Amino acid sequence: MSTNTNIITTQELSIGYHSKRITNTIASNLNLELTSGQLYSLVGANGVGKSTLLRTITGIQKPLQGSVFLHEKSIHDIPSTAIAQELSLVLTEKLPPNNLTVYELIALGRQPYTNWLGQLSATDHEKIKQAIALTQLEHLTNKKYYEISDGQLQIVLIARALAQDTPIIILDEPTTHLDLVHKVSVFKLLKKLSSETNKCILFSTHDIDLAIQLSDQMIVMTENQVHQDQPCNLITQGVFSSLFKDESIAFDGEKGKFIIS
Amino acid sequence: MLLTLLLNISMGQVAIPMKEVFKSLLGSQAEKETWEYIIMNFRLPKAIAAILVGMGLSVSGLLMQTFFRNPMAGPYVLGLSSGSSLGVAFVLLGAGFLPSFFSEFLLSSYGIILASCLGSLFVLLMILVVSQRLRDTMSILIVGLMFSSFTGAIVSVFSYFSSAEQLQKYTFWSMGSIGNLSWESIMILSVSVAFGLLVSLLTLKPLDALLLGENYAKSMGLNIKKARLLLILATSILAGSITAFAGPIAFVGLAVPHLSKLIFQTSSHRILFSGTLLIGAIIMLVCDTVSQMPGFEFTLPINAITSIIGAPVVVWLIVSKKNMS
Repeated sequence: MSTNTNIITTQELSIGYHSKRITNTIASNLNLELTSGQLYSLVGANGVGKSTLLRTITGIQKPLQGSVFLHEKSIHDIPSTAIAQELSLVLTEKLPPNNLTVYELIALGRQPYTNWLGQLSATDHEKIKQAIALTQLEHLTNKKYYEISDGQLQIVLIARALAQDTPIIILDEPTTHLDLVHKVSVFKLLKKLSSETNKCILFSTHDIDLAIQLSDQMIVMTENQVHQDQPCNLITQGVFSSLFKDESIAFDGEKGKFIIS
Repeated sequence: MLLTLLLNISMGQVAIPMKEVFKSLLGSQAEKETWEYIIMNFRLPKAIAAILVGMGLSVSGLLMQTFFRNPMAGPYVLGLSSGSSLGVAFVLLGAGFLPSFFSEFLLSSYGIILASCLGSLFVLLMILVVSQRLRDTMSILIVGLMFSSFTGAIVSVFSYFSSAEQLQKYTFWSMGSIGNLSWESIMILSVSVAFGLLVSLLTLKPLDALLLGENYAKSMGLNIKKARLLLILATSILAGSITAFAGPIAFVGLAVPHLSKLIFQTSSHRILFSGTLLIGAIIMLVCDTVSQMPGFEFTLPINAITSIIGAPVVVWLIVSKKNMS
């Protein structure tokens, strides 16, 4: 395994929205570091700003203050075609209706590399095959994407991101709407990808107990603060107890679980 | 396609044997000079026009269906054709109000093309503005429908004030006809359609990316604004110039992309592009052949034929396919 290097860093980053005259700051002074070969999970209550953070890190949204650096260059100074070769996304939004097969959908990940007509070269097909092999989707490639289950579709979308062949993959709630078996298989896949392909993978999730067990580092967003550390350290610091404001939800550090009292 | 082309040329009010059709097409002397004249100056231009119209409208329909994420989109349904009609009505019916040197330019075929393209561009821009605000695709269709009736109303206001002669000219235009086009008009039409198709070629890759939605497309490095501009340019040139010459032709732009998606079973726009080109040309040739069946004394308006064939196709598509795209 090659040495782990910082890929994404944020410096004194403030995120939020400008709406009319009011500036709505969601979180400020973020100093995060993401390195290759690591699996990061981003947790926090609904509405605390996980999506805003992801959108800012991926360069879709402008930060209020500070900056996001991709390989030591500010992400807003990098052309979108270059970012597409560094960073791929798996989103929660529903796909518009179309006739794509699983293979064609994964192949779309090659767009940043193809010519003006989008023709696939031999290298492209090779990369697509690798992505399919890593995600073990061989049996589905000829199916239409709407014929497969939600869990399978999520894996297909991850394969598409893999085909895009980027050092960083960012996923927005990849396990929502999935049952436990599929949640675990998505998590395990992400874990495998980060260690085997040395990619930097960041995902947001509400499955905190699973994330604690599997991720190398966690980013915990609460209303006042954002913590980044290894899960065991975060537990000893008691960060998870402050995650939800509700008095009836408590975190049990020994079991690594939330308990309803 | 070649077959339908030959069929189209050989059929008409005057029966001409297939052998003679070949002869005159290949440049040798046909048995009767009138036959050769009919073929070279009437049927061949008409057949070429049919091919151009079929290709252009179908492709602009294909582009719009992916772009608006809406299977019902098409130049006619979204009101682009009515936009063109408004432009043309403005010129044909309103030219009398303008100074004579100006109206002379406007009444030339260039003027009509320009008016028609501007009309369709105007409507497309309006729809685009509305579609930015409304994410709901259904409402975009309704807005298109409203544009159609709005432009229809303005046209009736125009026609109230115009002379019988002007009115007749406009009515004939609006019934849609691909006959009676001179070689010069064919040339202008082919150049504008070819240009529109070339621009469309540039939008094929962005459209593939847009199959996953705008955010995915952006994450794959697509410049949405540029793609949108190219798309608007291509569709308004295609729909505008075709409508200028052939009148508003219904359903081809809507039905043909669906047919080709059904036949080729893919979403890849590179394949669909060639598919729609081919099927669009064939359908238009068939419709035109039907509109002037041998044995009839008259030629039916082409718009009626495309609607008669196209409307049931669309209904059948909606009923038979749940996941329509």
